[in-house]
Amino acid sequence: MKNPLDSLWGTVISGLILTVVLYYVAVNFLIKG
Amino acid sequence: MEYSVASMAIFRWIHFMAGVMWIGLLYYFNFVQVAALKDASADGTNAGITKHVAPRALFFFRWAALVTWLAGAALLGARFMPAFTLQPSAAMIGLGAWLGTIMLFNVWGLIWPNQKKILGMKPASDAEKATARRVAFLASRTNTMLSIPMLFFMGVGVHGF
Repeated sequence: MKNPLDSLWGTVISGLILTVVLYYVAVNFLIKG
Repeated sequence: MEYSVASMAIFRWIHFMAGVMWIGLLYYFNFVQVAALKDASADGTNAGITKHVAPRALFFFRWAALVTWLAGAALLGARFMPAFTLQPSAAMIGLGAWLGTIMLFNVWGLIWPNQKKILGMKPASDAEKATARRVAFLASRTNTMLSIPMLFFMGVGVHGF
């Protein structure tokens, strides 16, 4: 599989996905406990 | 530790200015210089970038990263421990702070040591330079990726929705 960080679009999309995942973790596990 | 309103304003000002320089240069490297160097290497004009532009950009890049982190830590003040231990009251800004900390480590621990080999500031064989180029590139791209959630959590952590 190609490394998404080798392309700029792959990097930006990975960052957006990571934002959504971390937000979900923050709201559901860190804040609500 | 409680700071005065004026101190907080100055820490925030420094944090923003240094942060703009750090992330601005990060985006310059990733969105402009990587592609420009590829084209410049093809027509033999890359020396100008590697000799005159990259070292200056890297100087401001790595020191701006450190100043951003230190001003951010000062700005957190009494919230430093709750943020870094991801307590519910400071979870959002804590995630931003952790992402920024990982990025700072990438700058000083991976990007800068490898760039010194690439730019000839530290002796390295061709094989070592090739490895250094790949490690520095991936660390820089990782920081570009991490900057997206980092900026989101910095904004949400301070201002909410």
